Amino acid sequence: MTTLDGLRGALAQHGALDTGGWLASAVARLMTDPDALERLFPAAGRHCGRAPLREAPGWSADQAARALLLAALPPDRLPAAVEAAYRQGDAGEKLAVLKALPLLPIGDAAVPLLGDALRTNDPRLVAAALGPYAARLDDAAWRQGVLKCVFMGVPLQRVHGLDERADAELAAMLDGFARERRAAGRPVPADALAVLDLVAAPDLAVPHRIAPLEQDKEG
Amino acid sequence: MRIFDSHIHMTSRTTDDYERMAAAGVRAVVEPAFWLGQPRTNPGSFADYFDALVGWEPFRASQFGIHHHATIALNPKEANDPRCRPVLDLLPRYLEKDGVVAVGEIGYDSMTPEEDEVFAAQLALALEHDLPALVHTPHRDKERGVERSLAVVAESGIDPALVTLDHLNEVTVARARDAGVWLGFSIYPDTKMSPPRMVEILRRYGLERVLVNSAADWGRSDPLLTVRTAEAMLDGGFTEDDVDRVLWRNPVEFYGRSGRLSLPETDPGEAVAAGGGATFAGNSILRGGA
Ligand SMILES: [Zn+2]
Repeated sequence: MTTLDGLRGALAQHGALDTGGWLASAVARLMTDPDALERLFPAAGRHCGRAPLREAPGWSADQAARALLLAALPPDRLPAAVEAAYRQGDAGEKLAVLKALPLLPIGDAAVPLLGDALRTNDPRLVAAALGPYAARLDDAAWRQGVLKCVFMGVPLQRVHGLDERADAELAAMLDGFARERRAAGRPVPADALAVLDLVAAPDLAVPHRIAPLEQDKEG
Repeated sequence: MRIFDSHIHMTSRTTDDYERMAAAGVRAVVEPAFWLGQPRTNPGSFADYFDALVGWEPFRASQFGIHHHATIALNPKEANDPRCRPVLDLLPRYLEKDGVVAVGEIGYDSMTPEEDEVFAAQLALALEHDLPALVHTPHRDKERGVERSLAVVAESGIDPALVTLDHLNEVTVARARDAGVWLGFSIYPDTKMSPPRMVEILRRYGLERVLVNSAADWGRSDPLLTVRTAEAMLDGGFTEDDVDRVLWRNPVEFYGRSGRLSLPETDPGEAVAAGGGATFAGNSILRGGA
């Protein structure tokens, strides 16, 4: 998993962490003036760019910069500041907060933000809510999130720790989904079937894996 | 043909509209915050609206390959309700967002003292946040509304080249042009301005600093009137390049002053000229849709 040091290294490679540069100054300022986050956080992409970071797969420069801004806050201010950055953020800011959560010393304080993200209809936010920090999400909400990914066409490989956490209840939900899809003559995504294969779900009336399906367009 | 609708209220439109717009060549839009038909009664109602303008609506547009930006403000009509005045305190945080390319729509509705105050306060915010301003001119008593708007703009100290006076017509265009502001024209079925009248105005006053938009909203309006105007220009003897200037390069130049436009790379040559395609005067040019 990516670490804060990994993000620092990746940004340094891009020249976005130079001494005296925007990000270095912003980080220094936040240590003593945490209220400055409201103006610094939205501006990160305009100063650090939005290019994907090859050295930190899955992260873009603005997301990494925003994670470092949050990490610079005094620990006692962190929970309230993270919540405000998310609640007042545009879609890009919300995404950056969700990605940063597992890297921050914040405990369970930000779990309600995952609930908010999972209620949105934006697949980027739904996927980001099911990252490593989702280990703190209760099972019922996590399963609903996984099923929502299937409905929205978010590849299940984006769900962190899916294979370890998938249980019989999730399998039953996916089985119901698969049967509805088949009844409608629509394809069942291959990654959903793979989870069904993985979990030995007891009490299923119909074997879930029925001989070759029509080609899955989303696979 | 590539079209940038510089003023359209997509919140009020359906996905059918997005589909038709994309098919007709609309690649970028600016959605100004305005009133929603039903008056709002508290600042929270505005916060949710502004959040949608920088959250959900850009996502919705991106599904059709359209780049969505917003302008944020307390509109003149609701500026008259004291319950909505605290909206002014919400604005600074929205004016820092990536997708916000101007302060707007500000200006006058009924030219009340409350509107004076809120208009001036928001021009000051434009200066403070280094953003252009989109000024709505009133439908009733328009000539005096334009005159008074220009006076407030002059008094604020903002560069007139950072201001668009919108919803102009044959009677008000010359005065606005002489003041050095950008000239916005909203093409509506029946009312404000029609494609043939617009072509006449372009013949008479030229293409410089002219923005043509549909201002389509929840009323009787048509998001394709930008395209119809482009066609009327071609029929009227204007060139493809003239059309591109009015319906693409002009709005890119005006809103590009924010440094926050995010545009599709519609013309690879342009991106190369702008230095490799990563940015264009601080604005980002994205490859391959949204
Ligand atoms: Zn409008």
